[in-house]
Amino acid sequence: MSMTFKVREVGGVTFVDLSGKITMGDGSPTLREEVHKLLTEGKKKLVLNLADVNYIDSSGLGELVSSYTSVKNSGGELKLLNLTSRVRDLLVITKLVTVFDVKENEAAAVSSFA
Amino acid sequence: MTLASELSSVDVVEAKAEQLAHEAGFDEDTASQVAMVVREAVINAILHGNKKDPAKHVQWSYELNDEALKFKIADEGPGLDPDSVPDPLAPENILRSSGRGIFLMKAIMDEVHFHQLNPGTEIEMIKYRVKKELST
Repeated sequence: MSMTFKVREVGGVTFVDLSGKITMGDGSPTLREEVHKLLTEGKKKLVLNLADVNYIDSSGLGELVSSYTSVKNSGGELKLLNLTSRVRDLLVITKLVTVFDVKENEAAAVSSFA
Repeated sequence: MTLASELSSVDVVEAKAEQLAHEAGFDEDTASQVAMVVREAVINAILHGNKKDPAKHVQWSYELNDEALKFKIADEGPGLDPDSVPDPLAPENILRSSGRGIFLMKAIMDEVHFHQLNPGTEIEMIKYRVKKELST
């Protein structure tokens, strides 16, 4: 299954609910393209909800890093929410867990931008 | 087994790797990780080894025995020096958007070996079914 996005606003924060796989080569719109689109719309408080992402590879990790860098370079913040164990394991192995601000629930994610 | 140098080849190998990892008795998460790094190795062979040249192919094989699950993936590219791959954990590389594939193979498998072919590179990955005891 390719990756799908659902975008919603909560308390001035833009949540992107991702589902499926974040990998290379399935031809679906990439995460970085979606984040770029949101930035051009002026959305700079972004949370990627990964609750329904149970598969990611090195290309997917690259997509997360590129998205993080794009938002940061635009003066915004990008945080992660609801990591599955598989995604968390890979973020720990690659030490990217030290880069991202990871939140465990939506309320904490919203209040962290205040 | 021979694969064409196109990304559509990857899913078949990944599915077989996951099936073998289950047969080897690895838990769900480990089986998924093993399949993922096999996928990484095939993608590397197609993109970085063969550079998607349709005249070149990827050879892959597996072995499941009482001790371990082993995979070999070979490309027909110019060769790879694994020591030349930057450390993705280094602070100056942590925000790079690529370069984590070989690192993940080494982190998830128990042994990863690179063999230089003529031409090409073969990567051999081993995951032990029972953790090897360290001799004292």
